[in-house]
Amino acid sequence: MWLREVKKYFRSKSRIIGSLGQPILFLVALGFGLGPVFQKAGQGNYIQFLVPGIISMSILFLAIFSGISVIWDRQFGFLKETLVAPVPRWQIMLGRTLGGATVAILQGFIVFAIAFLAGFRLENFAVLPITFVFMALIALAFTALGTAIASVLEDMHGFQLIMNFLVMPIFFLSGALFPLTNLPKALNIIVRLDPLSYGVDGIRATLGGISQFGLMTDFWVLSVATAILIGIGSYLFSKIQV
Amino acid sequence: MENIIEIKNLTKKFKELTAVDDITFNVKKGEIFAFLGPNGAGKTTTIKMLTTLANPTSGSILINRYDPTKQQEEARASFGIVFQDPSLDDDLTAYENMNFHGMLYKVKIKDRRERIKQLLTFVELWDRKNDLVKHFSGGMKRRLEIARGFLHHPKILFLDEPTIGLDPQTRNHIWTYLKKMNREEGTTVFLTTHYMEEADKVSDRIAIIDHGKIVAQGTSEELKTQTNTNSLEDAFLSLTGKAIREETVKNQAMSGRARAWRH
Repeated sequence: MWLREVKKYFRSKSRIIGSLGQPILFLVALGFGLGPVFQKAGQGNYIQFLVPGIISMSILFLAIFSGISVIWDRQFGFLKETLVAPVPRWQIMLGRTLGGATVAILQGFIVFAIAFLAGFRLENFAVLPITFVFMALIALAFTALGTAIASVLEDMHGFQLIMNFLVMPIFFLSGALFPLTNLPKALNIIVRLDPLSYGVDGIRATLGGISQFGLMTDFWVLSVATAILIGIGSYLFSKIQV
Repeated sequence: MENIIEIKNLTKKFKELTAVDDITFNVKKGEIFAFLGPNGAGKTTTIKMLTTLANPTSGSILINRYDPTKQQEEARASFGIVFQDPSLDDDLTAYENMNFHGMLYKVKIKDRRERIKQLLTFVELWDRKNDLVKHFSGGMKRRLEIARGFLHHPKILFLDEPTIGLDPQTRNHIWTYLKKMNREEGTTVFLTTHYMEEADKVSDRIAIIDHGKIVAQGTSEELKTQTNTNSLEDAFLSLTGKAIREETVKNQAMSGRARAWRH
């Protein structure tokens, strides 16, 4: 898994600070803005509720971006170097995915740490390993998805479309920002199909909140989804024709 | 001298177009071989097939006695390639790019370190080894790619337009490196170029491809005699015609593909 280390390495040189901006903004603006409203509606502390969502958000976006950056490699020629090497495609894809996921998870932890500054409280630190598992699954799933998409797109033009019509809905309809009770039927279906919903729910459950679907369900659904996405990503990556 | 590349009846057809039409030629081990042809002649497609980036429609290829369609990894380990457009990672340093390549090609760590030092010094980039590649000039990037191409002791080095866009000093240096590696390590060099005088000066043998077919092959002398001309450039023009290749609908399909590869 050499590739992973390299990828991990050079990602951290560029945009860690930049991508921290959005999650923090959401956390602060929504957390303090909607906090009172939430409380009034009888749902408790919004910050506690929101933080798992924000963590997932930062992982989601960074993971997808890592995966999609295969397109950059393609445009800048670096991809060719990996395609011509005596290494099976799936190994390259796996290494890349692990690398991207690692960075995303790291980011997730940074956001987590910052959340404490915003007033987040954790009763029991022993749950952290389980939280980590969920974070890892989310990171892997969406890095793989990003790679799958990038394997099919030929340049950055489709990227905008993907961001708006795929990633945003995945995020907004995952229960990251609002509780999933009493939603209209149609929305409910989409939520249940969204792998991120299970990830968010899992993290929320372990960090001491309420769980919508049940921790075990979250774990299994997310794991299966992750495995499928990695499979699809590998397959599409191996089909790339330069 | 044995053949290190053997191509027999190689054909590549796209939907309406036959890009490479039943070509047959060999490259001998240890020689410097120039593969020339006008734009759209089928050069790029042939190289893609030789380097496992495309599959032939029919015919056979042997690279270092391996079949690139069936023994991909062994074939890939036998050659290195310097593409026309840089395939370096701009966000890594020169040393890291070399090291990465070494890892991809499974060069053992001790050998890797020594070899990187040897090669970077050779192309005079050792003192820039910790600089990010994005700060390198075109010439420096090309020199780095050549150093990288040799890292895993390949039997063959493919070069697509190795000196295009470079100043004379750099060009001169590059040929010095290539000839030295060719002499000392016996690496076969397979290149394409539009610079006829260079091809004339450095290559042992030449093949000219046009409209997907090999129109001539042999040493530079043989080609000049065959066409009754005094320079390789004239021989080339005589064999392929003076008309500029128009982009007909047919050729567009191929140039589009070539352009895609150049990215």
